[in-house]
Formats: sequence, structure tokens, C-alpha cells
Amino acid sequence: MSIEDLREHLCATYPDLCPLFSIEFGDGTLAVQVGRLQAAAADLKRLGFDRLGMVTAVDRGETFEMVYRLQSREHRVGVFLKCPVPREDPRVPSLVAFWPAADWQEREVYDLFGIVFDGHPDLRRIMLPEDAEGHPLRKDFVSERVIPRPDYI
Amino acid sequence: MAFVDSLGSALERAPGGGIVLTSIDALMDWSRGHSLWAMPMGTACCAMELIAASFSKFDFDRLGTFPRPDPRHVDVMVVAGTVTTKMAPAVKRLWEQMPDPKWCIAMGNCAVSGGIFYYDSYSVVRGVDEFLPVDVYICGCPPRPESLMDAVIQLRARIATESIGSTTEHRAKYILPFDADPSQGGGGE
Repeated sequence: MSIEDLREHLCATYPDLCPLFSIEFGDGTLAVQVGRLQAAAADLKRLGFDRLGMVTAVDRGETFEMVYRLQSREHRVGVFLKCPVPREDPRVPSLVAFWPAADWQEREVYDLFGIVFDGHPDLRRIMLPEDAEGHPLRKDFVSERVIPRPDYI
Repeated sequence: MAFVDSLGSALERAPGGGIVLTSIDALMDWSRGHSLWAMPMGTACCAMELIAASFSKFDFDRLGTFPRPDPRHVDVMVVAGTVTTKMAPAVKRLWEQMPDPKWCIAMGNCAVSGGIFYYDSYSVVRGVDEFLPVDVYICGCPPRPESLMDAVIQLRARIATESIGSTTEHRAKYILPFDADPSQGGGGE
């Protein structure tokens, strides 16, 4: 199934998701708001997206953006599921119930970005020591441990 | 080692004990230096070169160095790779589990100083000598297996200068409590 076929299939099955779907650089993106994330994930899972390839986040300055890569073995196609998250009080519903693979990946996003996943079974740090302070992949992260790189390197 | 230490200092004080002591030293240093079993503390890509050194082309075993995955069997810890603040307590604990006498080789730039992670890193310990007493440093990113073999030969030369007579004070320099907490380490120039 090509990405255009997927758009038709998606629009025929879930018309309300259709305006949120866009094709950029030959890859499909479904951009939803936080409130609709779980419903959209459930719809995509029913559509045949049985594999969660990755979970990550982007610091856009004003907001964070959650990025999920979903893949379908049946249709042999993948889409991005994206969702903006407010910077103050960043909370996102957990998708562990749909894809168990989200467990450790959401912990990693929580560890490095500080985004809280509501409904996650075991939300604690995974990469950094448990007593670490701050979330290093935020653009405004500062730490005494970091030695800034001088200009001549 | 307590027995050997007390034997050494007793011989040092005894009249004519020096001759006995140097003979024993020669035997001890020879046996220690020629069977340096290694703890392969492979934390990153340098471990690949450590593995290559163990296999048939380079054959570490002909130097008497043999990787053992158990800290209680080994004499030298080869820290091969980047050590993060999360990994550092585990490395330190494995080092503490090794029986005396023990030595440490810091393999690769990351283990020596943090390497390319020296700047702009929130998680890397800038050199394992922040919490381990390192005997031999090998630079390289990663070093070739020949460098590692050279490090073992240098370590052997160093062991050859050790004496059980002065073991206690000689090694006191190295067996420090090293209470430095790696998670607090800020590096330094």
C-alpha cells in the first residue's frame, strides 16, 4: 500500500482524522491534539498499525512535540503520529495499553524531556541515574557538570 | 595478601633478609606480571578492540592475559570505553570486588579523559581516574590491539619494580579509599 492509498483508506474509515493527515517528503503524518491522542492511536491500531517503531519528542521552544512512528506489517506502510504538548505541565496519555513497546521508550522521553505519561505502569528514569536532576535534552537545560565547548574546537 | 605483606616487612628488618627478599620479589613479580588475568570492563566501542586482542590474530593469551568475567579471578581491570555517571558505581564496585594485588588499564580516550565527550556532556565521567587508581593509560579512539598488548608489557615492567618488602607503603599510594563520588566529578583541566 502506498501512502496515497493509505490516505484514502484512512479517510474512508475515519473521516474525522482525514483533515489531520498530511503527506510530507513522501511520508504520512497525523497531527492531533493531546485530547485526541489516545482515540487517534486506537483508530490507527484498528487500521492495522500493529508496530510502534519509536517514541521521541522535540523541543520546539514554546511547546514540546511528541512523535510516534507507527508501522503496519499488513499494509507495509508507516506513519508519524505527532502531538504538541504545552511546556508548562507537559502531560500526555500513555500508549502502553496499545503497544507494550511504548513502555521503555516513554520512560526514556520522560527521563530526557520530563514529559509525564499519564497511565504509564512504571514511570521512572531509565537512562540517567535515579537521583539525576533536570532533563538534559530540553533546550534550557543547564548543569554544573557540563563543560561548554570552546570556540576553537 | 596480609601474610605476604607481613612476611615482606619482617624480612626487610631481619639481618641478611634483603637477599631472601629480592629473591622472593623476583619470583613474585615474575609470576604476577606473566599471568595478568584481565577483567574486560568493556563499556563502549573499545571493547571490540579488546575482543580482537583476545582472539587468534593477536592472541592475548600468549602474554598470559586472559579475560575472565568474574572480578574475583582477575588481576587487572581493563576499562575499555566511555564510563557514564550511571555506570561508574558499577565499575567501582567491580573494582572493589577484585582481590589485591590489582592494577587498572584505562583503554581509549574516553577512559583516559572523557575523550570526545569531555565537552557538552551531561552524563560522562571525565576519565576513570576520577574514581579508580589507573596504572597505564592507552590513548586512541579506539587503540589498536597492539597498543593494549604494549600496555600489558608496560604494566609488567611496572610490576617488576614492586617489592613485597615495601608492598604496603608502595601500594598505599594506589589502594586509596577513593571516596570521590563519580556523580559529583566535574573533571578539570
